[in-house]
Amino acid sequence: MFERSSDRSRYPEVVDGKPVVDLDSEKYVKIWHGPQHPGITGNMSLELILCGDEVVDCKTHVGYLHRGFEKLMERRTWIQNFPVVCRIAVPEPAFNEYLYAAGVEELAGIQVPERAQWIRNLNLEMMRLASFLAWLGGQAGAFGNSTIGQWTVTHRDYLLDLFEEMTGGRIYHMYMVPGGVRSGLPDGFEERLEAVLKKVEKLLKEIELVLLNNSVFKARAVGLGYIDKDMIDRYGITGPNQRACGIKRDVRKDCPYLVYDQLDFEVITGTASDTYERTLVRYQEMHQCIDLCRQIVGRMPKDGPFHQPLPNVLHWRIPPGETYVKAECTRGEKGYYLVSDGSLYPRRICIRGPSYTHAFPVMEKLAIGTDIADIAGLMVSLHTYPPEIER
Amino acid sequence: MSLKDVIAPFYVWKRAFEKPYTTVKPIEERPGAAKYRGFHTNDMDLCIGCGTCETICQNEAIDMVSVPGIETTAKDSGLRPMIDNGRCCWCALCVDICTTGSLRLTNEYIWVSTDPDGFRFVPGTGDNPWDNKELGYRRDAGYRLMDYERQEMEMLAPEQGVQSFLEVVKGYSAEQARKEAERCVDCGICIATCPAHMDIPEYIKAVRDGDFEAGLRLLYRTNPMPATCGRICTHRCEDVCSVGHLGDPVAIRWLKRYICDQMPESSYAAVLKDEFAPNGHKVAIIGAGPGGLSAAYYLIKLGYAVTLYEANEKAGGMLRYGVPSYRLPYDQLDKDIDYILSLGATIHYNTRVGREVEFSALMGDFDAVFFSVGLTDPYGLGVEGEKHPRVLSGLQVLEDVTYGRDPGVGKRVAVIGGGNVAMDAARVSRRLGAEVTVLYRRRIEDMPADPEEIHEAQAEQVRFITQAIPMRVEAGPSPEQVNILWGEAEMVADAKGGRPRPVLMEDKIHTETYDSVISAIGQGGDFGFLSEEYAGKIEMKRGKVISNQYRQTGIPKLFVGGDIANDTADAISAIADGHQAAIGIDRYLSGLI
Repeated sequence: MFERSSDRSRYPEVVDGKPVVDLDSEKYVKIWHGPQHPGITGNMSLELILCGDEVVDCKTHVGYLHRGFEKLMERRTWIQNFPVVCRIAVPEPAFNEYLYAAGVEELAGIQVPERAQWIRNLNLEMMRLASFLAWLGGQAGAFGNSTIGQWTVTHRDYLLDLFEEMTGGRIYHMYMVPGGVRSGLPDGFEERLEAVLKKVEKLLKEIELVLLNNSVFKARAVGLGYIDKDMIDRYGITGPNQRACGIKRDVRKDCPYLVYDQLDFEVITGTASDTYERTLVRYQEMHQCIDLCRQIVGRMPKDGPFHQPLPNVLHWRIPPGETYVKAECTRGEKGYYLVSDGSLYPRRICIRGPSYTHAFPVMEKLAIGTDIADIAGLMVSLHTYPPEIER
Repeated sequence: MSLKDVIAPFYVWKRAFEKPYTTVKPIEERPGAAKYRGFHTNDMDLCIGCGTCETICQNEAIDMVSVPGIETTAKDSGLRPMIDNGRCCWCALCVDICTTGSLRLTNEYIWVSTDPDGFRFVPGTGDNPWDNKELGYRRDAGYRLMDYERQEMEMLAPEQGVQSFLEVVKGYSAEQARKEAERCVDCGICIATCPAHMDIPEYIKAVRDGDFEAGLRLLYRTNPMPATCGRICTHRCEDVCSVGHLGDPVAIRWLKRYICDQMPESSYAAVLKDEFAPNGHKVAIIGAGPGGLSAAYYLIKLGYAVTLYEANEKAGGMLRYGVPSYRLPYDQLDKDIDYILSLGATIHYNTRVGREVEFSALMGDFDAVFFSVGLTDPYGLGVEGEKHPRVLSGLQVLEDVTYGRDPGVGKRVAVIGGGNVAMDAARVSRRLGAEVTVLYRRRIEDMPADPEEIHEAQAEQVRFITQAIPMRVEAGPSPEQVNILWGEAEMVADAKGGRPRPVLMEDKIHTETYDSVISAIGQGGDFGFLSEEYAGKIEMKRGKVISNQYRQTGIPKLFVGGDIANDTADAISAIADGHQAAIGIDRYLSGLI
């Protein structure tokens, strides 16, 4: 484990939480971590100032992925935004689809059929599992265990196969259309889902041995990126990052949406609030996803309507109003704020992605005093998706 | 650090012997899932080129292009979607909104081509290997982005309807009209089919926006009798409505009516702001029916001094004397007519050309003449005894009712014919308290009357006897009665592929007694007013006057329109003729034709 030097005289003076760095003194090195770096979680970069191996200042830079979604959506009709929103979190698009649809339904006063709610919930839990699998590979790879990434990405692909037959698309499902979902589940889907869940379960057992009980991983992850309890609300930290410090908060439990109020699950928390603890919380949440998928498949209605027919969407006007809808994605609370002025187009859509707080203020704070070699592991442990920052 | 943490990772050593997960392309193929959203394909015969796919595409990846071998017809724009696969995101909203269900996605997702422009293609032309693939994304029946059901029109109950001449159709409420207007997909296929080429999508948009003033202005651009057409138009636009392929067509006619119903007549002048400067030319119009009135309106707007000659005591022609008021109330007809006449036309009522005024005098006095005298001569039944006093003409019955006279149909009435006049005569007789039987040579589906007229007549307890050929009319048991002999017919397929013909079965002859027999098997034109000098120069074909695209006859200054000049013989065609003739007269007098 990296030890901070106790002799602080060689390090810059910190004034108001900011290091005073004179780059001309030749004591410091400024490097760019990203945007082309395997240890970064996508198209963003960190501007790091190093003193020896220690990071003394960190600044997050985005702009590599800016597509201006929020503005883009103000120029498209309500239905035309349906294929746009999924692009706001590439590895986890379903939450965008769900929240957009839920927001529109709330504004338009549409009641979604019950079967569609169960199918949506199954889709979201599968999505969480797939997203965690992608993250797990990154977390292991950031500490040099890159083989684990190959296994998890493969198993994520098995889930993508399921998404493909469920929705018609592997990454961008474009499935949860306002009013419900676009189709029911294909024949025999439940059995194939169960087979994949078994495969993932087997993998998770091995991950436990090879990662969670790995002395190297423990040595590097324990104590890294400690998030203090009083940072949680000040920084707006949500999701596993927040639960790993012992705060029992989960949108699925606190403000149940879809059919979560009918499902049996407990909010998983940790105590140590470091990278290892966050990994552990997410690891347990993966088991929880598998369990919830099984509960949903076992109890969901097998037939009945799955979509509430919409009026002609080419001229679909949503009554004026505003709403905020939220859901618990793998990274924390994801929210959509929608405003309609009664026209064919949304007046304003604002997306609250958990990555925004996690990759900006939280990352910038946690990076200080960290070894340069641990930056990638720390970054991944916050689990951020850059497109969510650049809406 | 515990010893376990050092040893544990080695438990998974056996993974080293697992087979790779990857698919070895191209040795192994991995087809897309059954619902996979891959490349587009399109059923070219089903597609009507409505362009809703182009409208909904948020990537602007679809362009409507003309394709060799696809012809433009009344129901088909002749265009087909071309997909730019460099822009497409395979969201398949184009498939979901497709009005005919012709467009879909296949589960093919790999394609290699040496053509650098190959990624832009028209799906369904058979050029692509996946065009015949069955698997792929289609819209599920349980999911739709469109309201396929028409807003139901509130109508008088049939048993109530037959009690009086009150208008049967009550009209849409504001909510219904808005919802119905929302169903339109703005494809514009209807515009080409409408004889007057009304800008239907735009005036439907006006209903959606609640801007009835703009709506009225749009209506008057191509049709100066919208309150009338909003009630009794034959609405061929609805027959080709693209929404009608998978659902009910948009109620275009009722929406037109709705706009007019929202606008009081007193507001017309301020809204339409019809301004014109007299140009010094004079035009005579013979017949103040829809054709004559339409020509008058557009000629007045072009600055002509218009004089109308009307044989009856009021204007409106067949709309007033042929259409019963439960379908078209007189106040609605007057609303249209009054506005046109208020612009300054001179009209001579009770003035029949050829009787009160000579046709040649008009030809001499005016710079141009437009005539649209309508078909006023009912065809006889062509059977023995047709001159019996209890055999009435359908047109006469309808005219009598308009004039407030009792046509004297009696209590038991037989109507012979299957057109709109027959239906109107039957329903009018019901309202006069008679039991009515309609005799028609062919089947119900062969009837030339509007289907809704037939349905409403059936609902009003009119008895239909189809495949019945009248044979003879005889004196009845009393002078007030008449016997009709009719024979059953069987339908025989036409060898040339035309519509089946009824052939009389000699052994099945029936005799029935009625108080009156109303003959409504069609009517012809009465051209008696034309002096020989002119009649010889006017070309006729099957009883209709031949004219060019400007409705100009063989005599340069004589223009024609309405039922005597077109084959469809309905109000909207007459209105379109009037408009065309106005343009034609203007071009003629400007020396352009």
